[in-house]
Amino acid sequence: MDWLTTVDHKKIGILYMIAGGFFFLVGGLEAILIRVQLWKPLNNFVSADTYNELLTMHGTTMIFLAAMPLLFALMNAVIPLQIGARDVAFPFVNSLGFWTFLFGGILLNVSWFTGGAPDAGWTSYAPLAGTTYNGDHGVDYYVLGLQIAGIGTLIGGINFLVTIINMRAPGMTFMRMPMFTWAAFITSALILFAFPALAVGLAALMFDRLFDANFFDPSGGGNAVLWEHIFWIFGHPEVYILILPAFGVISEVISTFSRKRLFGYSSMVFATILIGFLGFMVWAHHMFTVGLGPVANALFSIATMLIAVPTGIKIFNWLFTMWGGSIKFTTANLFAVGFIPTFVMGGVTGVMLAAAPADFQYHDSYFVVAHFHYVIVGGLVLGIFSGLHYWWPKMFGRMLNETLGKLTFWTFFIGFHLTFFIQHFLGLLGMPRRIWTYLDGLGFNEMNMISTVGAFLMGFGTIFFLLNVVITAFKPQNAPADPWEDGRTLEWTIPSPPPEYNFAQTPLVRGYDAYWKEKTDGHKGMTPAEPIGPIHMPSPSILPFFMGFGLFIAGLGFMYAKDWGNLFGSFKSGYALGIVGLLILFGCMFLRSVIDDHGFHIEEEEILRDMGGKA
Amino acid sequence: MMKRWRFVKRLAPLMAMMVLVLAACGRSDLSTLNPQGPVAEEQFGLMKLAIGIMLIVIVAVFAISLFVIIRFRRRPGDKTIPKQVEGNHKLEIIWTVIPIIMLIILGVPTVQSVFNLAKDYSKDPEAVQVIVTSHQYWWEFEYPAYGIKTAQELIIPKGKTISITAKSADVLHSFWIPSLAGKIDTNPGANVNKMYFSAPKEGVYLGKCAELCGPSHGLMDFKVKSVDESSFDRWVAALKEPVALPSDPAIAKAFESKCLSCHAVGDLGGPAYPNLTGIGSRETVGGILVNTDDPQYSNEGSVYDNLHRWIKNPDEVKPGNQMGKIEDLTEQEIEGIAKYLSELKLNYEQ
Ligand code: HEM
Ligand SMILES: [Cu+2]
Repeated sequence: MDWLTTVDHKKIGILYMIAGGFFFLVGGLEAILIRVQLWKPLNNFVSADTYNELLTMHGTTMIFLAAMPLLFALMNAVIPLQIGARDVAFPFVNSLGFWTFLFGGILLNVSWFTGGAPDAGWTSYAPLAGTTYNGDHGVDYYVLGLQIAGIGTLIGGINFLVTIINMRAPGMTFMRMPMFTWAAFITSALILFAFPALAVGLAALMFDRLFDANFFDPSGGGNAVLWEHIFWIFGHPEVYILILPAFGVISEVISTFSRKRLFGYSSMVFATILIGFLGFMVWAHHMFTVGLGPVANALFSIATMLIAVPTGIKIFNWLFTMWGGSIKFTTANLFAVGFIPTFVMGGVTGVMLAAAPADFQYHDSYFVVAHFHYVIVGGLVLGIFSGLHYWWPKMFGRMLNETLGKLTFWTFFIGFHLTFFIQHFLGLLGMPRRIWTYLDGLGFNEMNMISTVGAFLMGFGTIFFLLNVVITAFKPQNAPADPWEDGRTLEWTIPSPPPEYNFAQTPLVRGYDAYWKEKTDGHKGMTPAEPIGPIHMPSPSILPFFMGFGLFIAGLGFMYAKDWGNLFGSFKSGYALGIVGLLILFGCMFLRSVIDDHGFHIEEEEILRDMGGKA
Repeated sequence: MMKRWRFVKRLAPLMAMMVLVLAACGRSDLSTLNPQGPVAEEQFGLMKLAIGIMLIVIVAVFAISLFVIIRFRRRPGDKTIPKQVEGNHKLEIIWTVIPIIMLIILGVPTVQSVFNLAKDYSKDPEAVQVIVTSHQYWWEFEYPAYGIKTAQELIIPKGKTISITAKSADVLHSFWIPSLAGKIDTNPGANVNKMYFSAPKEGVYLGKCAELCGPSHGLMDFKVKSVDESSFDRWVAALKEPVALPSDPAIAKAFESKCLSCHAVGDLGGPAYPNLTGIGSRETVGGILVNTDDPQYSNEGSVYDNLHRWIKNPDEVKPGNQMGKIEDLTEQEIEGIAKYLSELKLNYEQ
């Protein structure tokens, strides 16, 4: 119950982690099934229909339901601590964001049990995703599930923007903010601009599907290429939404375990902003073969290549952070150090893809599958693993087992390269992507088999991590405040796990790497910026849970309105259910507006007691 | 750490070898690394340039990484604090400028090539005009200048420029002949696309659909067959010849009522679905059942066997295709029709 009503950012972070982790396993299982189907030519392990469902759900789940929430988990767990805040700006909204994401994700996955998951690819290109070619409800689940989950992401992003702008501790100027906070800040700005595009696209597709509109159906005067533009105007920034926080994690981890400050901090900030900006300018590089004409192709080629410059700045800054440092190879740092060359490989294939005429060959081939997995698994997932190992003691007060951690790293890392390196060549040799099976004798067999073996190794890596989590859960909660001993930022100044109010006294920030500065100045902790006093906290609330639930019900109802019978007269029972769902939603909103809730205070004595007991 | 060193040392030559071997091989009728025509060659040139530049980047990053990882490891018990360096403007400028130079080296030929490959030959009387229409899950090739239409197999005269006008009859597909030219999407509605290519050598090249288009997307293959010019002319002429129905009247009746409602042979039948004229001399049935008298794989067989297999249950070969199982064809009729079609050849190659 406590977990259903919580508005504490640390607990919401843990909820995001559990839910995102669960969907990561689901998406991983789908990936394994895909790879099993492809381990030999002309295989019949799953049917063609099932394959396309697996493919679509794997992509959609991984991007929207695993990667984003895991990043939100880290952001929730860490950002307020890093900027010296007691919570996010809007704790209620934060909880609402989690529940809409979760119910959206569940809705999407319900499709497996109701006669067919979406199967038009995670990009859901029209007209294949339209009712003419996709008559069952699969794509409806995609449209409504993502719409609901997207609301959660959007309000989460806005929340972080406001939090970072408004709630920094005294003295923490923008140019003293830790790199992870910076990355989260830019990411949130990207979410603010990109997700509305997705929402509009999904709404239009929903009108096409549920109410027979013709936005994207050429036979009714619509335009299929329009969907591609809308999708990628969202979709390309989305890739940067995913990778920037991972960049942030890497910056923190590398600098901590090299005992050095981040090399070229201000150029890192600048590069992050530039990447965010350019991320919006290059969507059409997903569409070189659509027929946009040579002028558009040339412009988008060059714009895309430009992103390599700020990315290169970041790579070399990381390397020179390590240069001259004293590098300790904890599991977290192994993941971070493994990230750098791996991500570079994904980056350079990105530049290769940016050359439009060459992309006429790579596009929609396994080369692309290899490329984006190097970026999202080799970049993002390594980053997430790094961040989880790094902040685990802060989140749970328990240290993960290092031996198991290293085992996780090596199996996952080797498995990853085995799976995806070889796919570059599959693509170059002529294997298209998203294919259910391939003919024998084309020269694809051995490489596909190697790729499948690699996928299993990655699976084992993930199992080792889970094992580690379970074992660690039984250990006593005795991690020190600064378990890595070289902590540089504010989150390491407070106990692990932090008390509900985070900071008994808001700290005074006197420079970049605030905690490190105090340490080198010979101080034991931060200088407080305020006296100890009662702390005002927001009350927990069950309303966000029910709002998410209401949206879930409404989605299901409207989706089935065409099939289900009538209630009274000619009124469809599906619409009735949909309206009930919306009523739950609006009812909760009404309650939230009229109930006068001032929150509560944590009293001085309690805080002093905590401090005596822990510090 | 030493372990990692050894690992890398062992792996590096292996990788280098693999790159070389792969670059040289890959089926010459399928691989983008083994281009067989000027368009694919131009694209391959750009690919090689990009790979070269990118290898330099990778080697630099890997070298620095390895050096740093080995040189700056923390020894056990080391409590020293390294110097807290803020940054270095000179270095930072260097690694901003060098990538920019590399991108210019890559960007200029890229832009040139973009415009070069966008040349429009659709009004060129020297070029062979072909209208490509994609369907779930087959390809239609129309030659407006000759008034002929065929399916699954694009016959072209060698050396001539082929000017493609590409569109789709249903969902998005993408037209791709890796060893001859990159792909172009086929869009439904008014977004018609153009491209060109040519094949200087005679031979059969494999083509694929590259855009997810439904369950049988992966099976939507086609062939491009480059022949000498006189063979091409004979092929065009032969395709226009009238074709006789099966000699057995019962088979003829079944064929007429159950097949010609959709398909055409010669001057008979309807044009909605793949034209079957000369199907006996094609490389494949349905684009994927390879015709050969020496079958090795489960998708190979004699023309007759393949036709029989297809007609008996098209859904088993290509799930979700529009032909579906033709109900109430007797085994005898299937055999008769398969035999008739397998003998429907165009003898244009001499
Ligand atoms: C166990 C690790 C993974 C394996 C073995 C794996 C494997 C695959 C395979 C084989 C495909 C299908 C390629 C095709 O047929 O075209 C695919 C597609 C995809 N994967 Fe993964 N993947 C893994 C992890 C991930 C992760 C972590 C993400 C993102 C966070 C991801 C994102 C995607 C996306 C977006 C697609 C494209 C789906 C589509 O085309 O509709 N994958 N993956
Ligand atoms: Cu297709």
